[in-house]
Amino acid sequence: MAEIIRYDQVDISYNGRLAVHDVSFSAAEGEILGIVGESGSGKSTLIKAAMGLLGRDGLVTRGDIWYKGLDLPDVPPKEMRKICGAQIGMIFQMAGSSFCPIRTVRAQLYEFMTEHEKISKQEFEERAQALLAKFGFQDPKRILDSYPFELSGGMQQRVGIAAAMLLNPKILMADEPTSALDVSVQKQVVEEMLMVRETFGTTILLVTHNLGVIGAMADKMIVLHKGEAMEYGNTKEILADPQSEYTKKLLSAVLKLRR
Amino acid sequence: MEPLLKAEHLTKTFHSQGREAYTAVDDVSFSMFPGEKLAIIGESGSGKTTVVNMVTRLLDVTSGTITLDGEDITHYRGRQMKKIYRKMQMVFQTPSDSFDPRRTLGDGIAESLINHGAGKKEAMLQAEDLLGLCGLEKEFAKRYPHEVSGGQCQRAAIARAIAIGPKLLILDEATSALDVTVQKDILELLTKLKEERNMSYLFICHDIALVQNFCDRVLVMYHGKIVEEGVPDEVVRHPREAYTKNLIDCIL
Repeated sequence: MAEIIRYDQVDISYNGRLAVHDVSFSAAEGEILGIVGESGSGKSTLIKAAMGLLGRDGLVTRGDIWYKGLDLPDVPPKEMRKICGAQIGMIFQMAGSSFCPIRTVRAQLYEFMTEHEKISKQEFEERAQALLAKFGFQDPKRILDSYPFELSGGMQQRVGIAAAMLLNPKILMADEPTSALDVSVQKQVVEEMLMVRETFGTTILLVTHNLGVIGAMADKMIVLHKGEAMEYGNTKEILADPQSEYTKKLLSAVLKLRR
Repeated sequence: MEPLLKAEHLTKTFHSQGREAYTAVDDVSFSMFPGEKLAIIGESGSGKTTVVNMVTRLLDVTSGTITLDGEDITHYRGRQMKKIYRKMQMVFQTPSDSFDPRRTLGDGIAESLINHGAGKKEAMLQAEDLLGLCGLEKEFAKRYPHEVSGGQCQRAAIARAIAIGPKLLILDEATSALDVTVQKDILELLTKLKEERNMSYLFICHDIALVQNFCDRVLVMYHGKIVEEGVPDEVVRHPREAYTKNLIDCIL
């Protein structure tokens, strides 16, 4: 399958302090790549760099992030706004906080869509409802009528993923999408992200510290420690037979359920 | 053996304006024995934190009684509370919340000792020793909560909680916000402290793998009720309730 995104020897600094050093990896169309590491390992920084979300203090100081022949860190903000959302979608740990609390889900999804496409209200309604139905919501209209606080944390997260998929992006960046959820809802979100890949052929870059989620979803994985790549390769192989000392330590710290 | 903590028929009903009364905890009874590591698990909203808040008297009960070390503490107030906090202390999910952001970790730990009768100088020295016991160097006493990592702050929170020598430590999701490697270190620290000080732990969490690896007994809560109780290995391998089974099946 064709490669869609490639990180090439990337260095990222915040205020001159190196947060990510010499990290390279790539993902093909429809592939799920897991980025694991502890707090402060630089895993979120990596996907923020691609989205231009590093803020004023953050800078890609070396290397390239290639997407369709574009080096993302060099794309001017105006161009970037067309790519973000439409071609590269993103979901966060707390989807609830990416919604405006005083407007309905419908109003926000509509605004999001009209930002990128010309679309009539009627057409929007049909598309949004069909998409929410795909995500297993039994009454999509009620979801659209709701304010974010009227939905549970798990539902907010699922609506967040659905919203990111409205414009059918090629790549979905997911930053700890399941970490704030209960195990039962976590499983549902994992299944829905797998459904997204099945249905839309989306490439997913998944940042998480939960190795269980990685094992259940990711085709490939990269292990980060203090901003450097410790190990990169096939998920099954790494989980079964880790090569780096750090990965071994990380895996041994995971408490396993003895069934 | 006398139970260390006994909760009988605990019920909590919340009344808020314009809404129906909501019963968060419904007739919950359990006992805990000295030296035991008891876990309460359940999903968000199952009422596990409400149980803890009633046991620690942060919340009044609607009905039921709480007995700590043979003493009925259900309606204790003010000064009486100080007596029970000598026996029972808490560690919360976000450790930085247990410390005043404008004061050093050492001050925070010493305060609890001073409140219980220690002199200022002595308390400060003791605070340093306690930090050492919890695997932090002395100089951490001079740091502020925002200057340390989450794991280090949780160690300091444990040092503060054990400062006045409680018999019972209540840990409400104390490791949920930490990385797995840090979680492992904290669990090792708790095991060490238990051996040295013969403490009991009431562990509130939603991670059944952690419970199986760390606790002696588990209560499963669902919709405000205890639906299952037993030895973790037994509960994981042969869950009796559909809810418990579902909880286990969801572990990836």
